[in-house]
Amino acid sequence: MSSAQIEIQIIASLVAIACAIPGTFLVLRKMAMISDAISHSILPGIVIGFFITHDLSSPLLILLATVTGVITVVLVEYIQKTGLVKEDTAIGLVFPVLFSLGVIMIARNADDVHLDVDAVLLGELAFAPFDRLVVSGVDLGPKSMWIIGVILLVTLVLLYVFFKELKLSTFDKGLAASLGFSPVIIHYGLMTVSSVTTVGAFDAVGAILVVALMIAPAAAAYLLTKDLKKMLILSVLFGVFSAIVGYWFAHWIDASIAGSITTVLGLLFLAVYLFAPSKGVIAVLYREKQQRTEVSLLTFLLHLKNHDEVSERHVNHLNEHINWQKVRSKTVLDLALKNNMIAIDNQIVSLTPKGEEFTSLAIDYIITNEDAQIEDMKADFFLFRG
Amino acid sequence: MFSDYTLRTITLGTAILGAVTGMLGSFAVLRKQSLLGDAISHAALPGIAIAFLLTGAKDSNTLLFGALISGLIGTFWIRGIITKTHLKSDTALGLILSLFFGFGMLLLTFIQKQPNANQAGLDKYLFGQAATLVESDVWMMAIVTGICLCVLLLFWKEFKILLFDKDYAKTLGFNTKTIDILITSFIVLAIVLGLQTVGVVLMSAMLLAPAAAARQWTNSLAKMVFLAALFGAFSGVFGTAISASKNNIPTGPVIVIIAAVFVFVSFVFSPSRGLLFKQIRFIKNRRDLQLHKTLAFMYGIAETHANISHPHEIKILNNFQGFTKSSLNKLVEKNYVTLEGSTWSLTQEGFDSAANLYNQNTKQNE
Repeated sequence: MSSAQIEIQIIASLVAIACAIPGTFLVLRKMAMISDAISHSILPGIVIGFFITHDLSSPLLILLATVTGVITVVLVEYIQKTGLVKEDTAIGLVFPVLFSLGVIMIARNADDVHLDVDAVLLGELAFAPFDRLVVSGVDLGPKSMWIIGVILLVTLVLLYVFFKELKLSTFDKGLAASLGFSPVIIHYGLMTVSSVTTVGAFDAVGAILVVALMIAPAAAAYLLTKDLKKMLILSVLFGVFSAIVGYWFAHWIDASIAGSITTVLGLLFLAVYLFAPSKGVIAVLYREKQQRTEVSLLTFLLHLKNHDEVSERHVNHLNEHINWQKVRSKTVLDLALKNNMIAIDNQIVSLTPKGEEFTSLAIDYIITNEDAQIEDMKADFFLFRG
Repeated sequence: MFSDYTLRTITLGTAILGAVTGMLGSFAVLRKQSLLGDAISHAALPGIAIAFLLTGAKDSNTLLFGALISGLIGTFWIRGIITKTHLKSDTALGLILSLFFGFGMLLLTFIQKQPNANQAGLDKYLFGQAATLVESDVWMMAIVTGICLCVLLLFWKEFKILLFDKDYAKTLGFNTKTIDILITSFIVLAIVLGLQTVGVVLMSAMLLAPAAAARQWTNSLAKMVFLAALFGAFSGVFGTAISASKNNIPTGPVIVIIAAVFVFVSFVFSPSRGLLFKQIRFIKNRRDLQLHKTLAFMYGIAETHANISHPHEIKILNNFQGFTKSSLNKLVEKNYVTLEGSTWSLTQEGFDSAANLYNQNTKQNE
């Protein structure tokens, strides 16, 4: 590994961590699309800053772009407050307009501005190590590493200091407000941090990757845990993992590093989305199927309890009367047998004492409208689940 | 710089595009799926790249077909995330948007590094280049718009009921899932159609802005769809005209800005919902309230006198908040009060009206 390669990976990892932290809160606060809006609408700020300073990593440019990001949030909220359109429409209206202004400004001054819209949106991580920070002749490393490092440091300090406030206002706005934490300040603080991170990172990795690095690791982590601290740690790990794997993948097929990191993030999310232990799609589908069978079982047991006549308790009756298909009635019968709920004697089904007890309890819960209790009861009675 | 013929083609193309996106955008806005357009347009990018990688073709129809497929995959993945997990719609949209776009960029850069590929045309789908529209593209747009219009008219009733009362539609026996998929697919189709002209990034504004503007002028769905189509078409025409008349101005962004102007004007000047008239109504109501307050105060004083028209000093109104010179003049205009020098006195009409006001107030308070 050359030193440039190491530096690129360090920058990518720093960006991933810096994005994952505000991203987690954005996802939890249902404001993920705001990060997309900010990432687009900082363009005019960047362009104006570039007109003045002619340097993509100057502090003034970062400041201007951050201000544009915050203006976006304010504008979106103002439009929402008028009640003329819904929240999502407000977001969708504001950022394309600001982005268009930026594109037009670039196009009008194409001769004296060497700024490419592609570069802003996509960035080029491979060039990051060439822009060095040199202080009085000493080479301190790539500029973007310092920028994103400082942003990350500030984010970490803010996270540590305001963790309690952030957590509270994310999960219970009303309580936070009544305890005296201003939700407005926390909201705008978070928005400002998101803007600064987006701006600081776009130079290295581009605005779109910033959005991906904010949302995808947090979303994947959210599928795996309900604990805020664990979610933060997981999303940081996912971000760094994707950054490093993505870099080597890009190196291998010789394509955009930002695109490659996003692709790895996408695959990672897909894997979590499918295979997460309790929230993943496969687990959810399996649980839905299990629940369907168990509901059928309960219906069947109730039917048995209601009928003493032999004709109503014959195995074939399941197919005819309750109108179940053969396969399904067999599944239900097997499950009931395995759990010792029923006994089959000469094709006639009857409830065992255990089955009786289960069914009576279930009826009680259904009558008193506490259906949810049945779920807990299942754990006590079932040896095998559906 | 343009020959007349090219300009005509482009103008026609952007006008048709504006009309069809405005039309279908109305549904997106009313279904609270405004940002879906943004996500789909970004999600279409890998489709374009894969279509190019597979066929090597550069004609827009093949590429847009790829875009359509990947846009649809993105849309249905978003639906899957929302329905099957506890992630919310904003997270799902942001995820698909950024992940698909990033993947698309990976493919585009990969294509650019290919030695033999003639890849120069693919960049235009990022930001759009209306100038690359040719007659066959416009025909394509016109045909798709025609199909959209037919489907819209054919299923108008179903779309409308799905939009405003989904549960009711279900109880009436409509297959809401199919209708839902149908309309979402058409929204995806409209977005894909616009990629070549305004590009991935700005496409969502084409979908939203005309519809959001039209929403301000009417409460009727038919009128809203019609108005949105009109606003969209005008944005297309004006945008093309402005960008053609000046050097160095890309068409897509100008169209978006024009559409935003429509939105701004609608937000401010729409008679029933607009901010301007809302403010005027607000001020008028406040004045009425002040007027009533003053009248009620006067009534309170007049009540204690045998002669209700007994004159009182204007000064005594001063330490009472609702009083202004203009509100006093208005009371005079209404014949409720007569002024004489520095004194006022309530007329019989004013006394009756104030008594009535007071009754109404107490009634409401009870």
